[in-house]
Amino acid sequence: MAYKPRVIVVGGGLAGLMAVIKIAEAGVPCDLFSIVPCRRSHSVCAQGGINGAVNTKGEGDSPERHFDDTVYGGDFLANQTMAKAMCEAAPGVIYLFDRMGVPFSRTPEGLLDFRRFGGTLHNRTAFAGATTGQQLLYALDEQVRRWEVEGRVTRYEGWEFLSTVLDDSKVCHGIVALDIATMEMRSFPGEAVILATGGIGRIFGRSTNSLVCTGSAPGAVFKQGVDYCNPEMVQVHPTAVPGEDKNRLMSESLRGEGGRVWTYKEGKPWYFLEEKYPKYGNLVPRDVATREIFKVVTELGLGVEGKALVYLDLTHLSQATHDKIRGVTEIYERFLGEDARKVPLKVFPSMHYTMGGMWIENKVGTAEDHMTNIKGLYAAGEAEYQYHGANRLGANALMSCTFAGMLAGPASVRYMKSLGGKDASTVPSSVFDAQRKREEERFAELKKRTGPENTFKLCDELGDMMTKNCTVVRYKKKLLESVDKVKELKERAKKAALTDDGGVYNEPLRFAAQFDNMLEIAHCITLGASLRDESRGAHYMPEFPNRDDEKFLKTTRCAYAPDGPKVTYDPVDIQYIKPRPRKYD
Amino acid sequence: MAEKVLFQIKRQRDRTSDSYWEEFEIPYRPNMNVITALMDIQKNPVNRQGKKVAPVAWDSNCLEEVCGACTMLVNGMVRQSCAALIDQLERPVKLEPMTKFPVVRDLVVDRARIFVDFKRVRAWIPIDGTYNLGPGPRMSKEEADVRYSLSRCMACGCCMEACPNYNEHSSFIGPAAISQALLFNLHPTGALNQDERIAAVVSEGGVQCCGNAQNCVEVCPKEIPLTSSIGYIGRQATAYMFRRWFRR
Repeated sequence: MAYKPRVIVVGGGLAGLMAVIKIAEAGVPCDLFSIVPCRRSHSVCAQGGINGAVNTKGEGDSPERHFDDTVYGGDFLANQTMAKAMCEAAPGVIYLFDRMGVPFSRTPEGLLDFRRFGGTLHNRTAFAGATTGQQLLYALDEQVRRWEVEGRVTRYEGWEFLSTVLDDSKVCHGIVALDIATMEMRSFPGEAVILATGGIGRIFGRSTNSLVCTGSAPGAVFKQGVDYCNPEMVQVHPTAVPGEDKNRLMSESLRGEGGRVWTYKEGKPWYFLEEKYPKYGNLVPRDVATREIFKVVTELGLGVEGKALVYLDLTHLSQATHDKIRGVTEIYERFLGEDARKVPLKVFPSMHYTMGGMWIENKVGTAEDHMTNIKGLYAAGEAEYQYHGANRLGANALMSCTFAGMLAGPASVRYMKSLGGKDASTVPSSVFDAQRKREEERFAELKKRTGPENTFKLCDELGDMMTKNCTVVRYKKKLLESVDKVKELKERAKKAALTDDGGVYNEPLRFAAQFDNMLEIAHCITLGASLRDESRGAHYMPEFPNRDDEKFLKTTRCAYAPDGPKVTYDPVDIQYIKPRPRKYD
Repeated sequence: MAEKVLFQIKRQRDRTSDSYWEEFEIPYRPNMNVITALMDIQKNPVNRQGKKVAPVAWDSNCLEEVCGACTMLVNGMVRQSCAALIDQLERPVKLEPMTKFPVVRDLVVDRARIFVDFKRVRAWIPIDGTYNLGPGPRMSKEEADVRYSLSRCMACGCCMEACPNYNEHSSFIGPAAISQALLFNLHPTGALNQDERIAAVVSEGGVQCCGNAQNCVEVCPKEIPLTSSIGYIGRQATAYMFRRWFRR
């Protein structure tokens, strides 16, 4: 059968699925790869809502306001052209989801309802109960299913992306992927590849992320030459429920609906966020809230019951409000056994999101838009770095990931058409075979490793270290120690004997392969953080407590080298809004 | 001596091998769930007899009961294993894979059939295109709430496991697919082509296969009113049959 030029999309979350829909609409075949059935992608965990300045609350909201809140929230590290385009498109994106049948919560007049979220004074977050990510993801999954039935999309669910196929000029012509059930490896040709592989929470051990959010994919292509930007910009969400297997997210929407954060001080409830930040109160941006909670617990020693916990109180909210947030409080009830209407939740900050990600171009409307520094290879969603700068506003991720897919999809089609018929079938099969063989050899080497270490235990060690040293408060000395620890773990991972010789669904073997890639991203995070001598957004160094625009209004950019990432800096696009001091009181 | 929890797990090396039982003793911690225990085995894959074995294979992702990945039988009941707290379970804790889907390995099964059935019932809104056409149709809060309750389906397979009429010998699409058909029929745009979905739902393997056991609604982790959906679709199907009959 003649080869039909196509685009490959890796990742079945909001960004990936939106890209697939755009590509299918353009009449181009699309191969979609996802480790889990797309419906189970991590986007499903998002709770609170999606931002867009639809302005149906009589507040005079606008995309310009949304844009300013976003850039201010990101402490002026976001590339403004992309953030602006996103805010301008946002109302249309919400309308699209509405037309796709997302069961958004409604007002008495039957319009979409909007709630307030962190880092803004306007109600611009559309929501579906308290499980918005689930409904948005399902809507896109449904649309992709429709295109599958029409023959435009082929799903490879249960397949893991391993690496890209590059020719001698480092142009991307496809991927090598692994069938998770049979452990078979295959190369797949494609004119363009879009990586929408999501977050990296597993590098921090416990986070709010799902288990597939390892950071393995960006790590793999980092080794192939894809630069990684602002790795040190890692978001720690203020309110999660700490757990042994996972920190379960308690959405910002709980505060948006009136939830109050407090702890006991001198025997009385102390609403410390409301006291310190009278203007934004409990809805200060996440980095600000997280630092306050952290300080109250670790410096002032005022954690609830002497533990690393504070209260998030919903007991004063009406039953109608509780119905709106049931999707979140039922998680608390299921896993902690307590009723949020009767007792306050006990929460603590947790690693949650990465603002940093793969470097991409930002020429909206061209074939290069959203392309990484490898020709023909794109990135979209949490996996790239363009939209949020040093801190992401709540409910901006569901928007940015969808918007990124809306740009990357058409860009990849433009690129494909620009190839003028020189598609992957003109590339010698030896190029594809060579990459597949490299992966087979890599897995064979993993199987041969001997020694006392266990990769899952090493991941716990990595996670504990990253959480202690590289999240809320970053001391220079600890960051440098962390870089050394990452190097140590790279060596110790080689001494982990494989615990599973099965030829079917071999998770230990896959995780060993992923862990090597994860360590590359961990190296970027620790190194990038240790070199940024300032505090900006989510990156806080007590030795350098202020923002330093003169020295550090720039993007950290990491490139792979065998002895550790090489760090350079890119200018930030600040053409629309001049940096100003960032205050939420 | 630290408290240990005894797990009895039904294992299988691959699709065609015989199944066998294996026991593991896991140190107890407060608030632990079944997946915490399976992760322990990954870090220390030694069975109760002290023998080094391959860790148990299982499917999971979100660990907070919204993705539907970790469905299995825990003490004989089908449920999401991430939400199966050890404190609430009788011991020894028995883990088995679902029986209505082919086993891939240990507790991992192949649920691709669910998505095939979602295709059959045309479970989507056929929008004109993704270009901006302004807002969708207005809808009352009550309608939106009903649709929201149906939209929470994770395709976890619990309802299919519990349903006596859903198995490898029958083409029955199961409760989830029927409820999905209703979800889209209830949307103003989806209602425009509801006959396509209803035609699928009354064809081979359709709603007529439901025997009214009502197990589905009892096991659904998202408390979706599945039996109400099945009843309502039945009504829509009857009206559809009359419409077709009179149009001939």
